[in-house]
Amino acid sequence: MRSPIAALRAPRPLPAPAGPRPFVTPEGVDLRLAAAAYADRMSAFVLDGLIIVGVLIGFTILAFVAAWGFRNVTIGADGAFIIWLLGAFLLRNGYFIAFEVGPHAATPGKRLLGLRVIARDGGRLTADAVVARNVMRELEIFLPASFLLARGQGVDAGLIGLGVVWSGVFVLFPLFNRDRLRLGDVAAGTMVVKAPKVTLPPELVAERAVDDLVFSEAQVDAYGIKELQVLEQVLRRGDRRTMADVARRIRVKIAWDGPTDIPDRSFLSAYYAALRARLEARALFGHRRQDKFDRP
Amino acid sequence: MAELQLKSARFRAEREAEWRRLESLLAKGQAGAGRLRPDELLEMPLLYRQALSSLSVARSISLDRGLVQYLESLCARAYFFVYGPRTRALERLTRFFARDWPQAVRSLWRETLAGGLIGAVAGASAYVLVRQDPDWFYGLVPGALASGRDPAASTAFLRQTLYGGGHGAHQGLDLLATFLFTHNAQLALFAFALGFALCLPTAGLLAYNGATLGAFVALFAARGLGFQAVGWLMIHGVTELFAVTLAGSAGLSVGWAVCFPGERSRLDAAVQAGRRGALVMIGVVVMLFAAALLEGFARQLVQADLGRYAIAAASGLAWAAYFYWPRRSRPA
Repeated sequence: MRSPIAALRAPRPLPAPAGPRPFVTPEGVDLRLAAAAYADRMSAFVLDGLIIVGVLIGFTILAFVAAWGFRNVTIGADGAFIIWLLGAFLLRNGYFIAFEVGPHAATPGKRLLGLRVIARDGGRLTADAVVARNVMRELEIFLPASFLLARGQGVDAGLIGLGVVWSGVFVLFPLFNRDRLRLGDVAAGTMVVKAPKVTLPPELVAERAVDDLVFSEAQVDAYGIKELQVLEQVLRRGDRRTMADVARRIRVKIAWDGPTDIPDRSFLSAYYAALRARLEARALFGHRRQDKFDRP
Repeated sequence: MAELQLKSARFRAEREAEWRRLESLLAKGQAGAGRLRPDELLEMPLLYRQALSSLSVARSISLDRGLVQYLESLCARAYFFVYGPRTRALERLTRFFARDWPQAVRSLWRETLAGGLIGAVAGASAYVLVRQDPDWFYGLVPGALASGRDPAASTAFLRQTLYGGGHGAHQGLDLLATFLFTHNAQLALFAFALGFALCLPTAGLLAYNGATLGAFVALFAARGLGFQAVGWLMIHGVTELFAVTLAGSAGLSVGWAVCFPGERSRLDAAVQAGRRGALVMIGVVVMLFAAALLEGFARQLVQADLGRYAIAAASGLAWAAYFYWPRRSRPA
């Protein structure tokens, strides 16, 4: 029996976190994609910006060298400058569009951070959507930047200050909605999600060194799914000190009275297998025990 | 053996090969869909559906979080591959010019009209103001743009700017054209993006553009050069002003959709207008390229007023026919 006070102390379910958002494929399976964090997107943008500036600098040097080299040719220097103008224009406007239309739907910066652009309705990411979301960047980056770089006195200064505040709304827009949409995403019907490449980790129940450890029913009933998955993390990380600590706690919690000379890792993976078998069997019968407070 | 009792471990042992296969095909396909052999391409959707079903099963029977996360990531990647865009670049390009772009422009006719009206009214007001009091000119046209062509200039100088090399006398024509193109295109993109801020900045930009033009014409008209100045402007101006007006109207449509979404939700309305606007904008950049060629080359090469007017009229007719000529709408 639990006292009313214990019931009060039990953790209440938290409000739904801004984590995965339902994204159902036509086959009816929810992929639970998570919106990319603002910090990740900013980092990706800074990376892309650095790439653009780097290429532009290299390109400029090249153009100067070419202009110098062709200074005696009739259209040489002009030609170099023309190519530079067109190249800079293409780089500024085409870099994001070209990469996001491609098979990865992400710029190099986004790919490094494991992000990609998707259409919010789950459909195909079309070229017009990519263009729309990137053209809007004029409003989000270049407008505030031009206000910040503008100079003026008196009334002008006041107007510029107001302009900074006004355009600041666009910069901070992603912080005020759940899906971290920036204005371009709103206008294009897209969003940026985390889509990292995850490798398949080895099966933990296969690596059991000690087979004859037997746990009683009460002992495997000590924990729920949450603890099981923490244990999984501990085993996968394989940090010796953490494992020793966790093994000691579990031994106390389940009042372990079996052999005491088994190494911590073997003990933990044996207990992991037993606990998982128990919880999965229970889940098959319809009861997913969320954590250790979740009593049947 | 406890392993065999664990259904989730057995499940994983049975399906793992399929997942690995899908993973390797994905890696190959993302480097370029052309690298997949036909039989591999056919295998892809099958493997994708199997992975999805594995994910559903794993979610309900397996408590191995590493496994579920792996499957989620694998399925998402496969989903984006299987449902990714399929049309080829050339196909997309022809469809854009044959259908999508004119259609988008046509559906913006109301905004185009409004944008054109804003520019025209601003231009007419500026014209009247400058004719009455030439000092207005300095307030409407920034000095850099005027480059000496202001009320203080002599008539001979003004005439010479119309028929000499223009402001690009010392530079190559091609360089001038390139500069004009990048500058105008950036400005047009900006005008479109500004539309999202509830129309007003875009309307302001259109009005300003019109006012500058009106002031210029007024300046030349005061010296009896009005007819010639209009020819000088319109040889490329028809194309350029049309493009700028379209950019502005695409911006207006986005802002309007955000303010007054009607029956749709505000977000849906913004998406619809935004994508249509983006289509128009791709075309606007192409138009500005044509305008820059006309401005950089044709204007310097054709010095006769009537020739200039003829080119202006022809370009105007061509654009109007291309966009608004009634055509059968085919189902997509």
